[in-house]
Order: sequence, then C-alpha cells, then structure tokens
Amino acid sequence: METIYFDNNATTRVDPRVLEAMLPFFKASYGNPSSMHHKGGEVGSALRQARLSLAALLGCEPHEIVYTSCGTESDNTALWSALRTQPDKRHVVTSKVEHSAIINNATFLAKQGYRVTEIGVDRLGRLDMDQLKAALTPDTAIVSLLWANNETGVLFPILEVGELCRERGVVFHTDAVQAVGKIPVDLGNSKIDMLSLSGHKLEAPKGIGALYVRHGLRFAPFMIGGHQENGRRGGTENVPYIVGLGAAADLALRRLPEENGRVRAMRDRLEAGLLEIPSTMVNGDREFRLPNTTNISFEYVEGESILFHLSHAGICASSGSACTSGSLEPSHVLRAMGVPFTAAHGSIRLSLSVNNTDSEVDRALEIFPAVIKKLRDLSPFWKDGAPALGNALLTCDDGGCQICS
Amino acid sequence: MWEYTDRVMDHFENPRNVGVVARIDGEGQVGSLSCGDALRLTIQIDKDKDLIEDAKFQTFGCASAIASSSALTEMIKGKTLDQALSLTNQDIADFLGGLPREKMHCSVMGQEALEAAVANYRGLPPPSLRGDVVCQCFNVTEEEIERVVRANRLTTVDEVTQYTKAGGGCGKCHPKLQGILDRILHKAPGNGSAEPLPAPAPRLSSLKRIKLIEEVIGSQIAPALMRDGGDIELVDVDGNEVTVVLKGSCASCPASKRTLADFVTERLRALVDPQIVVREQRS
Repeated sequence: METIYFDNNATTRVDPRVLEAMLPFFKASYGNPSSMHHKGGEVGSALRQARLSLAALLGCEPHEIVYTSCGTESDNTALWSALRTQPDKRHVVTSKVEHSAIINNATFLAKQGYRVTEIGVDRLGRLDMDQLKAALTPDTAIVSLLWANNETGVLFPILEVGELCRERGVVFHTDAVQAVGKIPVDLGNSKIDMLSLSGHKLEAPKGIGALYVRHGLRFAPFMIGGHQENGRRGGTENVPYIVGLGAAADLALRRLPEENGRVRAMRDRLEAGLLEIPSTMVNGDREFRLPNTTNISFEYVEGESILFHLSHAGICASSGSACTSGSLEPSHVLRAMGVPFTAAHGSIRLSLSVNNTDSEVDRALEIFPAVIKKLRDLSPFWKDGAPALGNALLTCDDGGCQICS
Repeated sequence: MWEYTDRVMDHFENPRNVGVVARIDGEGQVGSLSCGDALRLTIQIDKDKDLIEDAKFQTFGCASAIASSSALTEMIKGKTLDQALSLTNQDIADFLGGLPREKMHCSVMGQEALEAAVANYRGLPPPSLRGDVVCQCFNVTEEEIERVVRANRLTTVDEVTQYTKAGGGCGKCHPKLQGILDRILHKAPGNGSAEPLPAPAPRLSSLKRIKLIEEVIGSQIAPALMRDGGDIELVDVDGNEVTVVLKGSCASCPASKRTLADFVTERLRALVDPQIVVREQRS
C-alpha cells in the first residue's frame, strides 16, 4: 500500500537535496563556527550562505534573522522580548485561534497579571479588525497573530495589521510557521516587526526554526548565553540544521509558483470532489486561504474514526475532533469560528505539498466516500443516505449543554 | 497516535452486530451528537428465559467507542439479563485487551447503554439519568459519577473526567466533582452529607484483630493492588498502628503514598477499626 501524505501542515518530508546539503556538517565539516581556525572558518561561511538563502525567501536582511530550535521557541522569544524591552506596558493582544505556543503563553501572562485580549473571528475564521483596532491602547506591548491558520489555512490580513500597529506604535509579531514557503513573504516591504518560522514545515528537518527581528527593533534574548546570533540567542549554532534550512529556503523560493499553481489546483479538485459527499462542508474562508490546505467537516461521523480508516487505506490526514486530542472538546479554532459541534467532531484537515500528485487525489476521491459511508452506516444519526435526527436525547436539544453555546 | 490494542482495532474495523434487532424489546441511548459520541443499543429478549437473544448497536464516535460497542454486544448475547447487568465497564475494556485511560469513558458508555436498554425493557427510567446533573456540559449525574468512582476506584478529578467525561467541558463542576470524591474517600469528616462508614467490627481481642487485619489485606487490598501490578505485605500490628510493605509496581510508584492513605487506610478503617493508622516500611 502506498502512502498518500496529506498532512503537510503537521510536518513535511525532508527533501533529499536538503539532507544532502546537511550531511557534510555531520562529517568532515565539524568545526565550531566561532573558532579562529580553518575548521571553524569553513563552517562559518556555510552559515553565512544559509542565512542569505533564508533572507532571500523572507525578503529581509541576513542580520535580521535569529536561528532558534523551533517555531515555539521563536514565538516565546518574540513575546518575551517585547515584554522585557517595554516593562511599563502590561497588555498583550492576540486572537482566539492561535497556535498553542501563543495561547498557552497568553494564559500564563494573564495569571502573571498582564491584561490579555483575544480577538475573535467570524464564521469563516476571518479576523475581527474592528475589535483589533478598539483593543489597542498605549499600554499594549505586543500584538501577536497567526499569518496562516494551521487548521483551516485561513490567512489573516497581516500586512494591514502591520500598518495599523506601526501607526499606533505597537510591536507586531506574526507566527508565520504555516505561511512561509506557501505564500510570498516580503518583510522588507512590510511593517512586521517579528516573524516566526519553522524548518520542518518546509522540508527542512524538525529541530530548527528562526525569528525575524526587524533591524532597529529593541530586543531582549530569550536564551541568554554566548555571542552567537549577535548575542541574540546563546548556544553553539545547530550548524547542519541551519544549513538544511538554507537549502530548504532555496527550494521553497523556487517552488512558490508551483505551490500556488499546481498544488492549489490539486487542493481545489480534492475539495470539490469531497464536497459531493452529502452533509459535508468546508470550514474557513475559501478565498483568503493557503493554497495547500482544506478543512472539511463530514457531519454525523467522528474525526478519529475517519482518520483510522483513512490511515488503513494509506491516507495520512488530521482532525480537529475532540477524540484525537485527548481532550473532550473539539478544536478551539473551529469553536471560535462557531462551527456547530455536529460538524466540528467530524472535521478533517488535508494539507498537500509539491510532493503530491494528481493520481493521489484521484485515489483519495475513491477512498473517502467509502470510508464516510462505512461510518455513517454505523451511526445512529444516519439512515438511508440522509441524517436521522429523530431523538432529542441524542441531539442534546435541551439547552443545558454549555459547551455548545 | 493512540495506542490501541489489536482487538480494539479489529472490533473497530470489523464491528460485530451493527444495526437494530428484529424485534426491539429494550432500547438504550447514551451520549449525544454534540458530546462527540453516542450509542444506541437495542436488545431482543427471550422472555421465558429472561435471556438476551440478540443485541445490536449503532455508534457515532471514535475508534474505541465503536470497538467498545461491538465488544458489548458480543459479551451480552446469550446471557441472562442479570448476568449481563453484572458486567462492568472494566470487563468491556478487558475484553478489548485494555483501553487508553483517556478513552475509558467509551467503556462506561457501553455499560450505561446496556443498563438503559434493560431498564427500558423492564419499564424503568434509564439509571444514568437518575439523580442530580453535576456536569451540565456532558449531562452526567451524581449517581453515575459515584458508581463509576467506586467501581473503578478513582481518586482524582482527572480520572473522573477520563471515565465519565464529567468536568471535561467548561470545568465549572470541578469543585463538585472533588466534593463527591472527598465524600467517597472519607476526606471530609464532619460533613453532614458524608455517607456513614460501614459499621466497624465489634471490639476485638488483639489476636482476632490481627487476624481480621490480615484477612482484609489478603482478601480485599492485595488483589486490588495486584491488578495494577503491585502487592502488599503485612509487617506488624502494634495497637492501632499497622505497618505494611508495598511491593512490585507499588514500591516505586510515586502515587503509593496516596494508595496507602486513600485506599489501604480507608479499607482497614471501614472494616476493622476507624482509629487505624497505616505506616509504610520501605523494603
């Protein structure tokens, strides 16, 4: 059975060319880039080259990049730098649909006495700009927003938010872990102050991330140590992985047209085919969205069950259902959007990449209807090809349920 | 990814007894669409023999919910109603070779559906709906929570959530859940609602007392610990002070202190003497 990997927002395959570029730095080129001899020198020049490659992908200056261990470290660094450099400001603005790296920091900060505002989204997952404008005060230390939502692919108007924050004198950070490599990014022509990215979402390995810090922005390191990264992140550089991220950035820049052409077309065809299954809907704004992602709800069946059957047939996907997370509630993103629980429990995210093919989409479109039918045939809410909702006990209509509202 | 046993995956991929029985004599429905899992169980009864002739299910839910439903129907077919009612949620989990702790509520759902179906056949209200609702989010009653806490020897709010879903939504009922646990574990002396302890044995001679302690440890406490891979040995009895050694997985278990305090002490106090103090000797 061949694997059809439709979970590229979770992680991507390391491109063989990326691995090739990394290997010398596990072997002969083992020097420490800080060392004053030729073993260090050759490594130092490889790092400079890698930094140039990443800067080209981001449209920024090489010295504006700080390497980190992952997207989460980048997010933590951005948030805490803004708070430490502006100790008099005690207000943080973020959204209800952020990644846990930001959400759990916001919860922690609220316990520490900071004021936290979480901006809401509408039914399509679009940011409430009016609420954001109203939330900014002279006390606001930082606004941090996802560029592309990891679950739905919905894009926030990050360039517009950047302009707004600059006008109001507020530091602006965006977690662009899902955006970089999938949509064009041109930081030099933006008002973005800080941007997080992660290597393993763009065919570099897990364990490497980066934070863009705009030239001139006041910065306080998260990891205090040596002079590496211009004193902005202590610790000997993760040389092979930084080189790998550079190679991945080169590839990503070249592949942007394909991502927004061929990958988008595959995603659209897959989505259209799946929507032919009855009682199915797309979650999120289909217009302002990543080209590779679709989030579809199959009503009256549960996501984990769908995933196991898909996996059995070779398809890798993910779900926002409660059962897949080990919690009892479905995804906070879908809940913030007001997706009904009946649909949230059966939500499936499919995220494609340049490594997928049209024949994989064809096969998926054969496999999906059978899987959904099999589960609906088991479901007490489905009968003879249509929803069967005769029973008040089963549909929980008594209004006592607080998580629905 | 969840670590499901091969039996769970087998019953998920090839569920047995799907559908509705030919003649519905009893029907039980638990869960809801909004809760993320729901089970409808129908049973057909041989009324002369009080025997479950056939049982079928329809389930909306995750792999372990479907497997638990399938297992349940296999376990109750051909059983008398009383035999079937003696099944516990742990029996369903055991039948499947175990379930992840976070998924134990799937086995509880199976047991509840069975009780509801039998009650329906007998013309009674479903047992899981009796009593006050404690968790509004998942519509779980105090009676149901108490039953599951006792049957599975639960000690924390997290465990109650894993087994019954209660407390897994808005979280507002956590203090109430803790209160129920405290009452059952006798942590709230003087609380008017605390249930009375089972009557302690009448005053015993020293020898009889030691023998009774030995018996309670041997017949009640050790088997329970053995189920979790542990064991207990009585070292000494001096007045009200009982010294024991915990063995096996208990010996290195960070929860062993709680095991001692909550379980061993509770059993000995209930069945021998309310004054008993338990000390652990490190082996």
